[in-house]
Amino acid sequence: MSDKKNWPLWEIFVRSKNGLEHRHCGSLHASDSEMALENARDVYTRRNEGVSIWVVESKNITASNPEHNGELFEPAQDKVYRHPTFYDLPDEVKHM
Amino acid sequence: MSEEQTKNLEDQFEARIARDEKIEPKDWMPEKYRQTHIRQMSQHAHSEIVGMLPEGNWITRAPSLRRKVALLAKVQDEAGHGLYLYSATETLGISREEMYEQLHTGKAKYSSIFNYPTITWADMGAIGWLVDGAAIINQVPLCNTSYGPYARAMIRVCKEESFHQRQGYEIMMKLANGTTEQREMAQDALNRWWWPSLMMLGPTDAESVHTEQSMKWKLKRKSNDDLRQQFIDQTVPQADLIGLTIPDPDLKWNEERGSYDFGEIDWDEFWQVVKGHGPMNKERMKARVGAWERGEWVRDAAMAHAEKKQEQKEKQAV
Repeated sequence: MSDKKNWPLWEIFVRSKNGLEHRHCGSLHASDSEMALENARDVYTRRNEGVSIWVVESKNITASNPEHNGELFEPAQDKVYRHPTFYDLPDEVKHM
Repeated sequence: MSEEQTKNLEDQFEARIARDEKIEPKDWMPEKYRQTHIRQMSQHAHSEIVGMLPEGNWITRAPSLRRKVALLAKVQDEAGHGLYLYSATETLGISREEMYEQLHTGKAKYSSIFNYPTITWADMGAIGWLVDGAAIINQVPLCNTSYGPYARAMIRVCKEESFHQRQGYEIMMKLANGTTEQREMAQDALNRWWWPSLMMLGPTDAESVHTEQSMKWKLKRKSNDDLRQQFIDQTVPQADLIGLTIPDPDLKWNEERGSYDFGEIDWDEFWQVVKGHGPMNKERMKARVGAWERGEWVRDAAMAHAEKKQEQKEKQAV
């Protein structure tokens, strides 16, 4: 085994066509961002799956912890007044 | 964590899977779930990578440009599939280096089918048609498996595999309709690849050690024997259609079952190959490890170059 450093891991995001958002599609190893882009092209867009690629080194992503899902996401659950159906309107108002 | 707490978490976990919820990398999971997935997913990735070798053997000798670009694209896909699967496995906390290490030292297995030699061009047809055909049958149910990254990787893989099978069948069809020599070459390839392809669907249900747990975790949705029957039932008419004969004297349509009855599989051969005594086990590992070692200076140079560029950028910023 080499004592040199291994290639870091990169997360790959691909925009499938203009008008749509970039979407996470997987990850790969590359020595730098340029190589990550080139490899992403070969690994994730061999069949016209993309018009734009973002690469982000995985260590730079901060992710929420699923164990904290309660405190993070439950407060939204009892706020029904944020949805249009919470409000009673007369039937005569057809579209609002 | 107390035993009771763990048990509680495990029950909740199993209930989530039973509700068809997906498990994602940072979610709590039983250690056995993690280890089983690392084993199966890394073996799957290794199979894709080693699977490039028998076909790569024929790229330079493809009989036409059309066949060559198709085979090249197929082998490139296998590399891609290996990479999707390795990165999905890494989400479970094992590094790429560890996985390579396990492959190269023989600790991790890969599909035994790749330990058979590819001695004629017709083998490219038989592999695409039969080996990829059996792989698709194994893989389609995995698009729904419980571990999110694995399921997502499998969706991509399955989308790409169907071209592989079609290009293989087309090769066989062309040879089967060609000269006598070509027809014989196609039949010979079918004779050699048929039984190993049936073995790809795994040991019989009675012998299979992982089935029950794997069913629960949706790593498996049908038993090995059911998958094998499905493969045979779909493949026999395809052979008939191009005038090739399945090398099984006991093969017979069973009206009552609505399926083909088939002959005894030589499981001794299967276990021999699994244990490393197949015709190409040593050769495959030699090629794989050799490629990895010869590439080391390139990987190191790329890393050194990246570090140098980074340093220059930081200096300029000061």
